[in-house]
Amino acid sequence: MKHIKGMLLRITQPRWRAALIFILAAAIILGTPVPRSTTSTGQRYIRVEASRYAFTPEQINLSPGERVTIELVATDVKHGLSLDGYELDLEAEPGQPARATFVATQPGVYRFRCSVACGNLHPFMLGKIQVGPNLPLIRGSLLGAIAILIALYRPQHYDQSAPNGNH
Amino acid sequence: MATTELTRSSRIYSLLHSRWPQFVLRALTLAGFIFTILSGLWGSRVGSHNFAIIFVWIAWWSALKLFFIPLGGRTWCSICPIPLPGEWLQNKGILRSRGAQTQPGKRWPRFWRNTWLPVFGFVLVGWFGAVILTSPQATAFVLLGLFLLATVLSLIYERRAFCRYVCPIGGFTGLYARLAPPIVQVMQPSLCAIHTPKTCYEVCPWGQYPPALKTSANCGLCMECLRACPHENISLNLRPWGAELPSAAKLGLDDIFLALTMLTTAAIDTVIFLGHWGVFKSAAYTVGSPAWGIFAASFLLITLGIMPAFYTLVVWIAQRMRKERFSFKRSLAYYGPILLPLGLMSWMAFTLAFASTKSSYLLPVLSDPLGWGWNLLGLTNRVPTGQTSSFSLSLQTLLLAGGAMSAVETARKLSRSKRESMPLLAFIASYAWIMMWLLLG
Repeated sequence: MKHIKGMLLRITQPRWRAALIFILAAAIILGTPVPRSTTSTGQRYIRVEASRYAFTPEQINLSPGERVTIELVATDVKHGLSLDGYELDLEAEPGQPARATFVATQPGVYRFRCSVACGNLHPFMLGKIQVGPNLPLIRGSLLGAIAILIALYRPQHYDQSAPNGNH
Repeated sequence: MATTELTRSSRIYSLLHSRWPQFVLRALTLAGFIFTILSGLWGSRVGSHNFAIIFVWIAWWSALKLFFIPLGGRTWCSICPIPLPGEWLQNKGILRSRGAQTQPGKRWPRFWRNTWLPVFGFVLVGWFGAVILTSPQATAFVLLGLFLLATVLSLIYERRAFCRYVCPIGGFTGLYARLAPPIVQVMQPSLCAIHTPKTCYEVCPWGQYPPALKTSANCGLCMECLRACPHENISLNLRPWGAELPSAAKLGLDDIFLALTMLTTAAIDTVIFLGHWGVFKSAAYTVGSPAWGIFAASFLLITLGIMPAFYTLVVWIAQRMRKERFSFKRSLAYYGPILLPLGLMSWMAFTLAFASTKSSYLLPVLSDPLGWGWNLLGLTNRVPTGQTSSFSLSLQTLLLAGGAMSAVETARKLSRSKRESMPLLAFIASYAWIMMWLLLG
């Protein structure tokens, strides 16, 4: 009982209250699911060229629900294309393009990466697919703004000593 | 603020008091360090197939930034293999502390008793980072260079001059160790006052005097003081995270510059290693080309020009809002603590993004550490391509938002009014948002 009372007392302190509000805000902002788009809104064909150590285009914007066919063309050595969050993995030799189709059901931002060791910078060869609005950045900005507001409006004493004082 | 005395536990005290546990850990890290250099020099030239690249830049580098520094401060320094042979040569023995037999070295030059050399080291790492982080040979030469430099400096200068004033890793570890919980403290200062031999100071490889220790920045947690104290008056304590903020951080202008360099390099490394812009990767990688020249000049301009200028402007506005007359140089250092949580959390978010997708290389490289086609553990058939999970993205968001929150709290504590803290808040919010855009967007 004493332990629970102690915990409750702690939570009522400004520092703990601020932490609690931050955790609640984070849980709501980061945990709110976004509905998947299952209805097809169109079809697109995108040619992606891969050369050491870049994809062209390096960023692709899609609408939720869009059906996309990616053609991977390797221009120098063998490259691969693996898309985060989707079952999409292509490998292409120079002169032998590879194709795959997927439906962009999940809104958000996804990286696609080279999946075939193509040189020293291979682990860092990547591109970006954005489906609908940039949700991770929107969520992050919202949580960042709330975190700053909590820190700003939490009751506390402002410093009264001069910088050349005891610091 | 409440602290927990770790050494109150007799088991922990015995573990720290004995030289053996630390020696075993240091011997293991030294063996790993030598193997890393050998595999870098003679193993596969493909970075993702070489132990040197994967274990230094993915395993160790990530562990340092995600666990050692935020939770343990300079804990890594206590088992770091780089200064080990130099220290053995200084002390003329392996399991000996500093004493009468220790080689008396020169004092480190006063002009360099700061963190300007680590800043310079970090700028160099930034310039050549794309090569160092991907070429096993380059990694091996950097490690070998640090090893030789540390040993030579140990033979010329007293104590751990290399760790304290030269090592770039030590520089930023010391900067952020101010936020970490561990701190060495004395239990009864009155006992120290009457103990004239000051054995704790005499044996300290870092040149620290424990009764005067107010910050963990320059304490290597080697526990030599705890072993040497005849009154068992030294304790290792855990304090709340960020307890040194804002007043006891004791930052100098050199520390501020290092903190700003760390902020800039976190953002630039995110662009190069985690961004989708191939042009920047190529420019950073093709050392000596005109594109690299432009990259190096831009890196220098942002690190030594734009970022310090932005911070200076923010401090100038904050100082004017304070409506007090005091040295501007002192103000630059005074508001500096806001850079610590912001920088550490940004590095942690970057490292998390980096490690979560690249950790898939760890097990295959254990199976074939030199990239010679071995399959010791049956794991080298195919390295799975890593993915960014939504969990990793959420953690990165939390780290960046938490870092901004802690920085704003520090800004408020340093300010006399909300108005004064507004320019600092603008700096914090801009930087945090840029990191979010680079990592999540």
